[in-house]
Amino acid sequence: MGFEGIGAAVKRKEDGRFLAGRGNYVDDINRPGQVYAYFKRSDRPHARILRIDTAAAAAAAGVVAVYTGADFAADGIGGLPCGWQIHNKDGSPMAEPPHPVLAQGKVRHVGDPVVAVLAETRQQAKDAAELIEIDYEDLPGTASVLDALKPGAAVVHDEAPGNLCYDWQIGDKAAVDAAFAGAARVVRLDLTNNRLVPNAMEPRAAIGECDVAGNYTLYTTSQNPHVIRLLMGAFVLHIPEHQLRVVAPDVGGGFGSKIYHYAEEALVTWAAGKLKRPVKWTAERSESFMSDAHGRDHVSTAEMALDAEGHFLALRVSTLANMGAYLSTFAPAVPTYLYATLLAGVYKTPVIYAEVKAVFTNTVPVDAYRGAGRPEATFLLERLVDAIAHDTGIDRIELRRRNFIPANAFPYQTPVALQYDSGDYETTLAAALKAADYAGFPARRQAAAAQGKLRGIGISTYLEACGIAPSAVAGALGARAGLYEVANVRVNPTGSITVFTGTHSHGQGHETTFAQVVADQLGVPVSQVDVVHGDTARIPFGMGTYGSRSIAVGGSALVKAMDKIVAKGKRIAAHLLEASVDDIEFKDGKFSVAGTDKSKTFGEIALTAYVPHNYPIEELEPGLDETAFYDPKNFTFPGGCHVAEVEIDRETGVVRVVNFTAVDDIGRVINPMIVEGQVHGGVAQGIGQALLEQAGYDAGGQIVSGSFMDYTMPRADNIPNIHVGTESTLCTHNPLGVKGVGEVGAIGSPPAVINAIVNALDAYGVRHLDMPATSQKIWSILQAGAPRMAAE
Amino acid sequence: MYDFTYHRPTSVADAVALLGSDVDAKALAGGQTFIPVLKQRLNKPSKVVDLAGLGLAGISLSGNALVIGATTRHAAVAGSADVRRAIPGLAALAGGIGDNQVRHRGTIGGSLANNDPAACYPSAVLALGATIITNKRRIAADDFFQGMFSTALEPGEIITSVSFPLPVEKSAYAKFNQPASRFALVGVFVAKGVAGVRVAVTGAGQNGVFRQTAMEAALTASWSPDAVAAIKTSAADLNGDIHGSAEYRAHLITVMAKRAIAAAG
Repeated sequence: MGFEGIGAAVKRKEDGRFLAGRGNYVDDINRPGQVYAYFKRSDRPHARILRIDTAAAAAAAGVVAVYTGADFAADGIGGLPCGWQIHNKDGSPMAEPPHPVLAQGKVRHVGDPVVAVLAETRQQAKDAAELIEIDYEDLPGTASVLDALKPGAAVVHDEAPGNLCYDWQIGDKAAVDAAFAGAARVVRLDLTNNRLVPNAMEPRAAIGECDVAGNYTLYTTSQNPHVIRLLMGAFVLHIPEHQLRVVAPDVGGGFGSKIYHYAEEALVTWAAGKLKRPVKWTAERSESFMSDAHGRDHVSTAEMALDAEGHFLALRVSTLANMGAYLSTFAPAVPTYLYATLLAGVYKTPVIYAEVKAVFTNTVPVDAYRGAGRPEATFLLERLVDAIAHDTGIDRIELRRRNFIPANAFPYQTPVALQYDSGDYETTLAAALKAADYAGFPARRQAAAAQGKLRGIGISTYLEACGIAPSAVAGALGARAGLYEVANVRVNPTGSITVFTGTHSHGQGHETTFAQVVADQLGVPVSQVDVVHGDTARIPFGMGTYGSRSIAVGGSALVKAMDKIVAKGKRIAAHLLEASVDDIEFKDGKFSVAGTDKSKTFGEIALTAYVPHNYPIEELEPGLDETAFYDPKNFTFPGGCHVAEVEIDRETGVVRVVNFTAVDDIGRVINPMIVEGQVHGGVAQGIGQALLEQAGYDAGGQIVSGSFMDYTMPRADNIPNIHVGTESTLCTHNPLGVKGVGEVGAIGSPPAVINAIVNALDAYGVRHLDMPATSQKIWSILQAGAPRMAAE
Repeated sequence: MYDFTYHRPTSVADAVALLGSDVDAKALAGGQTFIPVLKQRLNKPSKVVDLAGLGLAGISLSGNALVIGATTRHAAVAGSADVRRAIPGLAALAGGIGDNQVRHRGTIGGSLANNDPAACYPSAVLALGATIITNKRRIAADDFFQGMFSTALEPGEIITSVSFPLPVEKSAYAKFNQPASRFALVGVFVAKGVAGVRVAVTGAGQNGVFRQTAMEAALTASWSPDAVAAIKTSAADLNGDIHGSAEYRAHLITVMAKRAIAAAG
């Protein structure tokens, strides 16, 4: 075997089955006697339900049951819980209105499930659903946070007057106000962060099952099956955990949208208990658009106080965050602790104050989507920095350098709670500028101009926090769960290894990277390591995969478990080699007596552990199987520099990203090929946000981009070749020195693209542009004014 | 989709009889619009009559016409040496419809019978002065397209082929994609052939494909991109939606016309 350990570009073990169509996704699973659920959803944004008549549907061919919100109310089922509680400025808790499984009394967004029809076939369920009569009294609806906060706006929940979920703050307001009062200059920028639909390749699906003894199984498209077991079992359906198994098998992408506990999961499980038959539901793509939690949707004002040399003195941010119609599982945390705590970015801004109002509207609930809060913070900050450069005339690279946290300042305490452990922003900046040939840009711009194209270049020097999260910190901030991770390392008698991890792979390649960590530490080939995830019956426990946490938290748990394996192996080896435990060294898969040629292979030790004929049985249990829980000491802080180069067709306004360079500090790299793929995917989504994607609503809350015919996903020809580089500083507080890579692409890239477009349009006096930068938007700018000689 | 009975006749007469037997019977050509419509339950046909067994696929070149059978796939048109030689703009147009999968299922007859206002083919058929041949008659392109999703076809009438008069001296198509669907937000086909100089615009018009006669006159006088550069199209009769206002589409008509003319050489 060649080198397969940490740092090797090992091909992904899981890809064989994915590429051959042999994956095992929820929709591939069929249970004997299953019935099919179909949801009749609201087709209107906001309405009172006056009457539901399900008689004809219930009598239709093949129909087994028809359920409405009244059935859940009658059963004492409250609704879907929210996993994070935020407090208002005055210390009172946020408004937390009920989130029923099926609508009760009102519908609050297009896609709100109202009636579930269960039938022998999917077709029959759908046919019967057409026979349901619902009388609605339409109410005025709102889609934008600005409209929802207007006096007299329609109230989504009586529990949240004025549609305000919370009004939260962080930072030292008095210090910030004082800094602004004494500032040489203040630069202000108003901006929005566009709403996105996650669009995982695999739509959500769920199968509920209940045996005669009342033991439930839920197969679901989830990024965190243990979290679903906890939320649904304990808070919704009141099923004890030992009687509820949650399986999340192969999952085809999540990007955050499969973290949350959804109504459909609760319904199929609850109904399976009622009917004692398995209940299956698979979303159609149109349902995904109107029921998967959306991402982003902020409206913000940012102001920076500056001294005469352009040093950042204080940052003040005010953000309105759209929660949608209900609180999704982790929604309240996204625009607060995953957003405002990131507003220092890579800069030594001494004081920061942010206030965030979360707002209910008649739209699909909004929650974490790849990056979750950090893309919003990065877009705000990196656009603001370019606006400062624009307004002050200071070069945007020089301005960044002037304000960087220097490499010798770590650990660095920000004014917004986080303490960065490591980083080197100058190095990633310099490497990115070099790789992107920033110096050669003027010549490329000139060449483009000769072809009638406007060419621009933009950078973003970003930082994010991942490796979520120290449980005590998360708890103090309102999390209703711990955020440690778990690994069980089972060494089999012949030396192969099965790893049970509480993280979940839905595209990330954990079956390969986790195996590489094992190969690296225990000296066994990757092919001898099987990584198991996604089943609460097999995995001891776990909090799942999101927030780029898997290798930083789950990988650390894995190392801790392997440390225990090695420690026990040494004791077995000491016995076999008749040496003191302290003299046993473990290296390259061998236990040796220091300074001698006496050794035992890892396989020999494993076999001895399970066939303990010659074994220290009085003092040591047989077997080689260890579990570790790891609670991180801090977040990890990947960062780096992204450089986008764009060309604009003057005649049509079409923007093409022609070059993209990402140089990221993600800590130690386990598999550079997978890292490159993660960055590619993230950047593709970031370019999608910057140029193409917009979850469209009309003012009243009707969806206007409810399918791929109108929602523009990035495609291969929208994405240039992406140069990916890494410049690592190691995380100082986890054993692998890893930081995480899943989200960096989506966090760093949108402002780089928009900064490049603004740069391309500098002759037109453009200072800012909201996403997505569609061709029509650019054309309107080009129409509005002939080029000026200089901005302002 | 709803239940229906599926029929695959082997003669035009049988197909016509099946379609005529029931007002809710529908013809299936390539199905690239029809199948998604069925899946969304937006249509509830009693019978689906598949035209694939009628033997209507094929491309033939004679001295004065290029005839394309109704069930000829877009990929076949795009890849045909005869089409590329006789009417290169038509081959290029077919090669840019949808994606690879669509081009291997979708047919010229299906596209024309559907007359989606954002479809590509109607612009070529109108600009080239083609004739739509059905089981009953020959219909000039000028008479065939009758507004959004509306054509001169009568109940029980099936397109069997499309005849493009030759020679075609110049032909090219320039398309500005609607970014999400990649149908034409604006598509302009320019041609100089038996029917004279013609400029047909798809994607933009409220009533589907139309001829830009001011551009035709200008190009008749002088075949060059500059000849149309200053010719604007009124936005009054154009579509506007989240992807492009009527004004933007009007602007793009001129840009795409210029590019098509440049491509036609």
